[in-house]
Amino acid sequence: MERKKPFWNFFTSGYLILVLLFIYLPILYVMVFSFNDSKSMVSFSGFSLRWYESMFSNRDMLDSIKNTVIIAVIATAVSTVIGTVAAIGLSKARRVIRNIILEINNLPVLNPDIVTAIGLMLLFLSLKIRRSAVTLTLAHISFCIPYVILSILPKLRQLDDNVAEAAMDLGATPWKALTRVILPQIYPAILSGALIAFSMSFDDFVISYFTAGMDVQNISMYVYSMKRFNPAVNALSAVIVIVVTMILILANLIPHLRDKKNKKEEPET
Amino acid sequence: MKSFFRMSYPYILWIAIFIVAPMILILLYAVTRSGNSTLTFRFTLENFTRFFSDPDFLRVLGTSLRIALFTTVFCILIGYPAALFIAQQPERRQTFLILLLTLPMWINMLLKTYAWRGILMNFDMDSEIKVFIGMVYDFLPYMIIQIHTAIAKLDRELLTASYDLGANKWQSFLKVTLPLSVPGIISGITLVFLPAVSSFVIPKLLGGGNYVLIGTLIENYFLVAGDWNFGSAISLIMALIIIGAMYLTRKLDRDAEEE
Repeated sequence: MERKKPFWNFFTSGYLILVLLFIYLPILYVMVFSFNDSKSMVSFSGFSLRWYESMFSNRDMLDSIKNTVIIAVIATAVSTVIGTVAAIGLSKARRVIRNIILEINNLPVLNPDIVTAIGLMLLFLSLKIRRSAVTLTLAHISFCIPYVILSILPKLRQLDDNVAEAAMDLGATPWKALTRVILPQIYPAILSGALIAFSMSFDDFVISYFTAGMDVQNISMYVYSMKRFNPAVNALSAVIVIVVTMILILANLIPHLRDKKNKKEEPET
Repeated sequence: MKSFFRMSYPYILWIAIFIVAPMILILLYAVTRSGNSTLTFRFTLENFTRFFSDPDFLRVLGTSLRIALFTTVFCILIGYPAALFIAQQPERRQTFLILLLTLPMWINMLLKTYAWRGILMNFDMDSEIKVFIGMVYDFLPYMIIQIHTAIAKLDRELLTASYDLGANKWQSFLKVTLPLSVPGIISGITLVFLPAVSSFVIPKLLGGGNYVLIGTLIENYFLVAGDWNFGSAISLIMALIIIGAMYLTRKLDRDAEEE
């Protein structure tokens, strides 16, 4: 093999640092300017917390945060349950049927968001359902389920069918086989499906914009509909960045810690 | 075990209502005239002729395709070396770098675009360039991750063999790594080109009100003009172009493999 060249290493590290800087630039930029004491996004004139105060006294902005969280929690819970049940069902389906359903399941994943959005809008309009927080939540559940299924199904197909069969041969009811044998084995996949669903719902703009009525807004819709540039959004972004980072660190740390704990408990072989 | 299949019945009903029915509705609206009641509709292709006979609409379509193409090409140009260099790092550092790359993907795209609006206020530039920067920014991580996955899967023995047979680093890259990472580039293109064509948030926030892409057009016909028939037709045209582009990319990939 070739020897490592210091110049080449220097070049590749430099390139990667530049790319990462580009990717983190807007995030760092809003965090810095969220503490600016003027409205400017060009020059930093001094430290202040006025945009955080402005955020916490802005009813519309706070409402949009509340709506986003409530909708994301409901959409995650419902889509995770429906998606898990459906994935278990599909894993036992005949191959032809499973493939057809998966093709349809993939449509919202592959379609541009705007196509999914107007499809759902036309559905609600032609059923004469007034667009509201309810239609918005239904739409979110609908586009989250495919991601839940896509994250669980591969795991299910790796499972050994014989284990559940054995449980039932030994007298377990199908319900028990499901909850005691199948679910514990796919639990990490369910969690990651739920995490994806939550983030999809939390960040969605396009589908929400077309399926919500006039009376409800999530964060994305609020930011989109703002007429003038408002630095309070910087404060909001900074808070979201911190929260998301903490959630991701926890999500990456918990399985890691559990693995370590399991390793300690298991006798060495 | 077969009885577990029944668990998917509710979902089959769900996709019939929330996935299949909306697609059929778009198709129906696209081939009918507005004002018709659902019972007496008459099929017409006039929504499509209206689109293709108006130079303004064609120009918008051209702009959308151009900016999506440029975005995709630049994501490959910037992303390929990044993916390659990440793949050359030790295993643990690779995991860490990929984690660093994925972290901003979890943050609301609108907020990141809004941040770019603040940054780009410092510069006086053409709206198309602003939109272009916003799009490359938004889609670059997807491209890097797809290409990295393809390169990381490569069998290292192949490179060793290539060196043993006398190829230098550059030749081995061109003959081994690059061709074998094409599937990664292809799935990267799918993840970048497709949403870039239909994007309407980035053009609106960074390009200003006068910068219209096909997504903006669909938004206007649905939410401002209330002409769902024409709006449906435009989105059908867009969807067909995207499917066509994807088919072409996959075919080029297959042809290249056969050679």
